[in-house]
Amino acid sequence: MATTDAGMTSGGTLFYRHGLLVRLSHWVNVLCMTVLLYSGLQIFNAHPALYWGQYGADDDPSFISMEAEQEGNALKGVTRIGGLTLDTTGILGVSNVGGEAAVRGFPNWLTLPSYQDLASGRRWHFFFAWLFVINGFSYLAYGFISRHFRRDLLPAAGELQPSHLGREIVSHARLRFPKGAEARHYNTLQKLAYVAVIFVLLPLMIGTGLTMSPGFNAVAPWLLDLFGGRQSARTLHFLTAFSLVAFVAVHVAMVLVSGVFNNLRSMITGYYDIGQGGKS
Amino acid sequence: MSRIITRRRFLLGATMTASALGLAGCDALVENDRTKSVLKIAEGFSMKTQRFLLGDDALAREFTEADISPTFRANGTSMPDNARYIDWMNQRFSGWKLEVGGLVDKPMQLSLAELKALPARTQITRHDCVEGWSAIGKWTGVPLGALLQAAGLKPEARYIVFHCADEYEKTLDGSGWYYESIDLVDAFHPQTILAHTMNGRDLEVAHGAPLRLRVERQLGYKQAKYLTGIEAVADLGQLYGGNGGFWEDRGYEWYAGI
Repeated sequence: MATTDAGMTSGGTLFYRHGLLVRLSHWVNVLCMTVLLYSGLQIFNAHPALYWGQYGADDDPSFISMEAEQEGNALKGVTRIGGLTLDTTGILGVSNVGGEAAVRGFPNWLTLPSYQDLASGRRWHFFFAWLFVINGFSYLAYGFISRHFRRDLLPAAGELQPSHLGREIVSHARLRFPKGAEARHYNTLQKLAYVAVIFVLLPLMIGTGLTMSPGFNAVAPWLLDLFGGRQSARTLHFLTAFSLVAFVAVHVAMVLVSGVFNNLRSMITGYYDIGQGGKS
Repeated sequence: MSRIITRRRFLLGATMTASALGLAGCDALVENDRTKSVLKIAEGFSMKTQRFLLGDDALAREFTEADISPTFRANGTSMPDNARYIDWMNQRFSGWKLEVGGLVDKPMQLSLAELKALPARTQITRHDCVEGWSAIGKWTGVPLGALLQAAGLKPEARYIVFHCADEYEKTLDGSGWYYESIDLVDAFHPQTILAHTMNGRDLEVAHGAPLRLRVERQLGYKQAKYLTGIEAVADLGQLYGGNGGFWEDRGYEWYAGI
C-alpha cells in the first residue's frame, strides 16, 4: 500500500492502495484459480477416490470415495468418508447429465469441460498451472523487491497479542470495519489470511501437484518423502484446493459486506476510499 | 413479501440461465481447435522443463518388497480377443516372437526364451495411471537400450515405436490397435525395460503377457502391453493418427511425465 492521498472526494479520501502488479496478478489469479478448480475436478472425476501413502487403487482402502450403486432401477450416489457413508445422489457419485442419472464424482456444472473428458481437463489444467506459476513468481519477486510483503503483510509488533487479535475478531464478527487512518493498512486477520494463502496454501498446491508427476519425482524424489507418497500428495492437493475455495468464499463475503464498490475500485484502479477519519 | 420472492425467483432463474450458458460456452471453447492448439503450448513447456531438470539418467524412485501393492489393478485391455493372440496364449507363448525392425542395422526376431536368457534388470517401481490411481510392482526384463544397441540404430532413427497385440478400440479402418512410442532419451534410460516377469512370476495376461514396456518416468498409458514388435522410426507422423500412441491419437499428451 503506497501512502499517497489522491485528494478528497464527496465520499471521503481516496488513497492509493494497490500497486499495478498486485492488481494485475490478483485478476490473473482469479482466472487461473477458477480454471484450475473446474479442470481439477474434471481430472478428479477420472478416479473419484483419495488414498494415503505411496500407492492406492480400487482394492486399496480409500478414505474418501464417490461411487455409484445400483438400487433397483435407479442409480444411487454414495460418498464414503472414512467410516461414514452418505447418500449424495444428484450431487456426488451420481448426478444428472442431459436429463439422465450418470455416474460422476462431481456433477457436470462443476467440471471443465462439463462432460467427462480427462484429456481436455488435463490440457486446461496444465496450461493454467503454468500461467499461475509464472504469475505467482512475478508477484513474489515484486512483493520482496518492492517491500510490499514487509510493509503491508507482515503483522506489526503488538498485532499478534491475544488482546489485539480478540478485539479484531469481535469487530469483524460485528461486521464493523476500520475507516480513516486505520483503513490505510490491512488488519491483522487479513494479514494472517493473506500470508497463509501466499506462503503456505499456494506453495503447497504447487508442491503437491508436482509430486503427482512421475517425471518430477525423478527430479525431486524428496517431495515424495515430504508429502508421504504420491497418493498422499494427491489427497493433500485436493484438501488444499478446498481450503483455497473456503478462503475465496470468506474473501468474497468480506468484499461484499465491507463495500463492494470501494473494494472493486481499489482492485481495479488502485484507489480505495478510507472514508472520513475516525467516525466509525 | 411478494416482491422479495419475485426478486429471489428472478435471481435464481438468472443464475441458472447464466450457469447453463456458462457450461455451453465453456464446452464450445473447449472444442475450439484454436483453443486446443494454444493450450498445447503447455505440453511443450512441461516436457522441456522436465527434461532440462531431469538430465537423461535421473532414476524413478525404487521401492522395497514391503511396498508392493497387494493387488495391482489391470487397466485397458485385460484379455486380447484376436485369434493370433489367443493361439499364442494357448501355447504358453512358445510360438510368440518379438520383432525388432525399422531403422536398425540388424533386424531381429526373438522368442520369449531368448529374451529371458538375456541379462535382465529388476526394479520395484510405481505405476501411475493418468486417471489418478497408483500401484507398485516388481518388474524384471531386458533393458531396451541393450537390445537397441545389439540391433544397431541407424543415425536417422529418433523414436522407438511399440506395436501391440490388442485392438483396444474396434474400428473399421483398424486404427484401434494399441501402440506407443518414446524418444531415444527414454529408450536408453536404465529403467526402461521390456518386462517379462512381474512380482517374481511370468507376466499375467491381464498385465500384458508375454512382454510389456516399463518406462518408469512416465504415466501408465506409455507402458504398452502385449508387445509384438519394436520399430525404430525417424518420425511419428506416418503411424495411425500421427500422434505417436493410441491415447495420444485420442487427445492425451505424448510426453506423459506429468
